Amino acid sequence: MTTTTSAIPIVSYLRLEPTPHLVANECESCGARFFDRRNACASCFTTAFRHVDISTDGIVRSFTIVAMAAPGVPVPFVAAIVDCGGTSVRGNIINTDATPDKVSLGMKVRLATYSLGTDDDGVEAIGFGFEPA
Amino acid sequence: MASDDIYILGISMTKFGKHTDLDIVDLGAQAAMAALADAGVTMADMGILAAGNLMGAGGYGQQLQKQIGQTGIPVYNVSNACATGATALRTAIMAVKSGEVRMGLAVGAEKLAGAGLLGGGGQAKKDGMKWEPKGRYGAVAPTDGRIGTDTMPGTFAQVGMEYGHKYGGATFELFARISEKNHAHSTLNPLAAYQKRFTLEEIMGDMMIAYPNTRPMCSANCDGAAAAVVTSGEVLKTLSAEQQRRAIKVSASVLTTDPYQEACQILPDVNTLTRNAAKIAYEAAGVGPEDLDLVELHDCFATAELVHYDNLMLCPEGGAVDFFMSGAPWRDGNTPVNVSGGLQSKGHPISATGIANIWEVCHHLRGEAGDRQIAGAKVGLAHVIGLGSACGVHILEKVS
Repeated sequence: MTTTTSAIPIVSYLRLEPTPHLVANECESCGARFFDRRNACASCFTTAFRHVDISTDGIVRSFTIVAMAAPGVPVPFVAAIVDCGGTSVRGNIINTDATPDKVSLGMKVRLATYSLGTDDDGVEAIGFGFEPA
Repeated sequence: MASDDIYILGISMTKFGKHTDLDIVDLGAQAAMAALADAGVTMADMGILAAGNLMGAGGYGQQLQKQIGQTGIPVYNVSNACATGATALRTAIMAVKSGEVRMGLAVGAEKLAGAGLLGGGGQAKKDGMKWEPKGRYGAVAPTDGRIGTDTMPGTFAQVGMEYGHKYGGATFELFARISEKNHAHSTLNPLAAYQKRFTLEEIMGDMMIAYPNTRPMCSANCDGAAAAVVTSGEVLKTLSAEQQRRAIKVSASVLTTDPYQEACQILPDVNTLTRNAAKIAYEAAGVGPEDLDLVELHDCFATAELVHYDNLMLCPEGGAVDFFMSGAPWRDGNTPVNVSGGLQSKGHPISATGIANIWEVCHHLRGEAGDRQIAGAKVGLAHVIGLGSACGVHILEKVS
């Protein structure tokens, strides 16, 4: 029997199986979607949520190229708002240069993952971003 | 004047900049005492003190009382991000409007010189630790820089770029031109932190903070304070002719927060709450955007100023780029915007900003703005936004 290296997503709304994708908490009453845990829906105040998978394809609705950040945060990087089939997602644009000529508004992108490193127990943390499609 | 109208009786702001010899209480005291003197009243006349300060230790209003007058009146210490000053003012206004007090004092002060980048960060993973999910997102590592940005310049850059995606025309150069305007305006404002005019090339060529915002396109962290004394029309009638002549009517005082919108969890929606506040304010004041002689809006970044032309309805929906390119928001244009120099050049000592912008408008309406006076100004609007979010809009009118 082979031992699989255990992996943990950077945030709980990133699911690694069967293939990496994002999951939102969707309000069963009004359909508002949230990536974090909610006590009640910010839109309609009801309390029932279901998990929904978010499209891994999207378009860049807004971006910035961060050249100055808090200590320890590598720069430059592209921070973006990506429209994934009608649900807005926050993520970096990765696997391309962080320059204004490589990133544009309306650009098609897809979800991509990368390793954040392995902890003392051998658990690998997996991050995500969006790469040009 | 109607009895239940609200008036600014006195108002002041300190010089914005680096005050190495003054602490936060000195700054607030200076602004408060100047506002009281400007109003021709003393602490004995005040029924309430609303005090705004974000970066201090708390209990700011009581600290201030020890220096300007400990009369036992209620203090409301307010904190509402960059809308803190406007919230303090509105607190004093509500107290007067309720009939509980005859006059109120609102103060906002901040020490922010050299504060550097605001927002962002988080604890990095240390050796010997486990990846452990924490918080509402179950994050195993800091997300700032890995899942977008938490910095203010980056957040507001995306606000402006989103407008560009929706309506087009929002280029790096356009945003830099907005900054060029505000820096040019500040050369006439002796209380501004910076009074240096920059060329477009200098602005675009300066240090990039978060594309498309270069350093001069970001609000200037600095020290400063502002204060205002408010009263009712009923009380104003009993005061001197000179006090009545210089009093400025608060035709609308509005505070809103961000209502739920798709994507507001992803990128703070600074648009809907500003538009809502503007609508309520215009209706309350019975004036429209076309009646405004000057506007002080929350240009925390050049990218933010663009969207607020639209949110405050200074232009048709989607028309902010054309509005700017027409020259309208320059001081000699149809709707002068940020003739003080704005947050980019006058500076942004957070809690002072929401009263200082009202001081600027009042200064023009009173005809006391000297070299930068907008001739014949009768109506003005002041807007602030605090991320989180809170929006304050005040419409001010010269009535006597």
